[in-house]
Amino acid sequence: MYKVVTKRFLNDAKTICLFEIEAPFIARHARAGQFVIFRLDEQGERVPVSVAGYDRQKGTVTVMVQAAGRTTKMLHTVEQGDYISDIAGPLGKATEMEGLKKVCVVGGGVGCAIAYPIAKEMHERGIEVTFIAGFRSADIVILKDELKEVSDKLIMCTDDGTYGRKGFTTLFLKQEIEANIDWKRPQFDRVIAIGPDIMMKFLADVTRPYGISTIISLDPIMVDGTGMCGCCRVIVGGETKFACVDGPDFDAHQVDFDSLIKRAAFYKEEQDEAAKHICRMTGGKRNG
Amino acid sequence: MAELNEKQVATPAATKDEIRLVEEMIGIDETGKIDITKLQQRLPDLKRILTNVIVKEKLLKHPMPEQDPVVRSNNFDEVALGYDAETAIAEAKRCLNCKKPMCRAGCPVSVRIPEFIAKVAEGDFDAAYDIITSTNALPAVCGRVCPQERQCESRCVRGVKGESVAIGRLERFVADYHMAKKDKPPVEVPPSNGHKVAVIGSGPAGLTCAGDVRKMGYDVTIFEAFHKSGGVLVYGIPQFRLPKEIVAAEIENLKAIGVKIENNVIVGKSITIDELFEEGYEAVFIGSGAGLPQFLHIPGENLMGVYSANELLTRTNLMKAYRDDYDTPIKHFNKVAVVGAGNVAMDAARVAKRLGASEVHIVYRRSRNEMPARQEEVEHAEAEGIEFNLLNNPCAILGDENGHVIGLECVPQELGEPDARGRRTPIPVEESKWVMDVDTVIIAIGTSPNPLIRSTTPGLTTTRKGGIDADDMAHTEKVAVFAGGDAVTGSATVILAMGAGKNAAYWIDEYIRRIHGDPPPPIR
Repeated sequence: MYKVVTKRFLNDAKTICLFEIEAPFIARHARAGQFVIFRLDEQGERVPVSVAGYDRQKGTVTVMVQAAGRTTKMLHTVEQGDYISDIAGPLGKATEMEGLKKVCVVGGGVGCAIAYPIAKEMHERGIEVTFIAGFRSADIVILKDELKEVSDKLIMCTDDGTYGRKGFTTLFLKQEIEANIDWKRPQFDRVIAIGPDIMMKFLADVTRPYGISTIISLDPIMVDGTGMCGCCRVIVGGETKFACVDGPDFDAHQVDFDSLIKRAAFYKEEQDEAAKHICRMTGGKRNG
Repeated sequence: MAELNEKQVATPAATKDEIRLVEEMIGIDETGKIDITKLQQRLPDLKRILTNVIVKEKLLKHPMPEQDPVVRSNNFDEVALGYDAETAIAEAKRCLNCKKPMCRAGCPVSVRIPEFIAKVAEGDFDAAYDIITSTNALPAVCGRVCPQERQCESRCVRGVKGESVAIGRLERFVADYHMAKKDKPPVEVPPSNGHKVAVIGSGPAGLTCAGDVRKMGYDVTIFEAFHKSGGVLVYGIPQFRLPKEIVAAEIENLKAIGVKIENNVIVGKSITIDELFEEGYEAVFIGSGAGLPQFLHIPGENLMGVYSANELLTRTNLMKAYRDDYDTPIKHFNKVAVVGAGNVAMDAARVAKRLGASEVHIVYRRSRNEMPARQEEVEHAEAEGIEFNLLNNPCAILGDENGHVIGLECVPQELGEPDARGRRTPIPVEESKWVMDVDTVIIAIGTSPNPLIRSTTPGLTTTRKGGIDADDMAHTEKVAVFAGGDAVTGSATVILAMGAGKNAAYWIDEYIRRIHGDPPPPIR
């Protein structure tokens, strides 16, 4: 059993929630870009979620989870001081940042929660970070202050213009790249993009003509997360890779997005059906 | 068998009257002709009498009671139901108690077979249990999933004329008897010798190694990546072949003697082997299995509806997707092709059937003779309505515009010359390609060792196939690191992994004694 030591909603709409969980084995080695797998209880499924932070002294790991399916909705009902059945990790490879000098990190929605620790580690290493954070609208914006701290330049934007600038992340990424060219500033060594698959697909299209190395973090459906089931396979450069052990970071210009997007929706019917059956009395908590 | 029975029935001592009685039963009239109607009426009696003769002469094993195939293909309950005490005693009495027990030599963990069977014959099941568990930590598991026909039972003298003693079924009976028993004497926890050993993986190899070193006095901790312990016994082998309650009970037995298990720890990720040494462990055993699924590398393998057998089995066995009260989803299949013909393929096919598939096909490029699965598994699968499309090699998986599987394209094969391993090589008959109408394809063509540990442990070397290099004494190239089971050999059987765990336990003891200048362990 693993104790939730901190729980805090990150936005007004309460769509994304932070959990700091006691997990000394994970805290010890976790790095930005990696993920953990948690299970709520005996009947629960194994759900991968990215590492949003860690405290090696306290022995805790932090995750920021958006309520989407049944399990994540149920996780949101877990309170500070409660226990979850399992959490294992850190899994996957950490984001590579060796030798980088100037990076643009793009986060879309809950993807900002994953992009945040990457930007933070880069910032601490002295890499120049431009952070573009996009959200649907103001009520779901997260990490306003935190993102400011870890970036040299922060662009917040919303699709409807209710917070920050109005427009998609693709627009602002293109502007930044063009500005570097116009002002004869060094171009980004790398763009790191994390968000909905479709956003990452379009961001890859933005950077491709400029030849800027672009890395995306994928979160396909997984079962074990240790390379055992192959459920998370993605096609990268024509080859099949397992996101759990070969990733989750991949070269955006090599990823087969069509296959990725289709595979991600494979269990959509089951997921929608299951999400309907969350008890309104208990908020889905079992056994009480 | 027909020939043998005949010899046994025609005893020379038969009187004229007895012979007349037999003739009458078979329906032979005075002219020596058979009256078919009469024979048909007599058939049930005849069957009963002949069976009795065969049983009396102890030619055949007592049959294993099983769930009806039609019923069981719709549920996940155990297929084989086990002997009752009476049958077990009768079966045990078939054992000839050979002076030189060949059966024992055929057992990778050297179970004292004739000794425990003698106790079963006496009805002393407790004593039988103690004898088995003196060398085998997982009797309820082995009694169910060992390929006895290739091991102990293949050496049984009874098998020369008739069937071998049902050693596996007796082992299972004794283990189940003990498990069901209420007032068990408290187990003795072996005193600690103050030395720490770490075991990676709680599958058959790890559990056996941990159990053995604990009995030698070591403080042992197993590190398991999953939330549940048991490795392939819980994620791979289905409930209907090996109930998970049985595995859990065997693991509790190990915990009772002081084996510690840390779940959710992925060695190589959560902690490295070098860090285990820093924490005071003096030896590490790697029993991390062969968990990496192989794919066919044919077009369409990433379509929706293509699974590795590992995924299907993990979803159903470990995550219990077949139960409504568990959250992990599984698709409703209709027509399923399982590629491969090993035990895992049979398991996958039978799981698919139980999940409601209307048709399940085994697709295998060689013929029946080359199928690697146990005969018993093949028979069970056939009885449950699994269809076998042999001598067919899949060459592409076809999908619709939404990326869902709609067919499996196969090339029929002929068998050519035997290869180096003696298996006849399939040769494609190109012009006769055809498409099997399926919505789901399950790839069950084997697994290889998981690279997680070898890629994070400097000093370990690996074989060409990705297995960890370890010698006969289970030593790897890295000092104080031992390995065994599928992690070394690639996918094999539960019992071979257990044998490897047992072997490693001995050499770990030998190693730790040696570095402390203690006397060596007794020779095995």
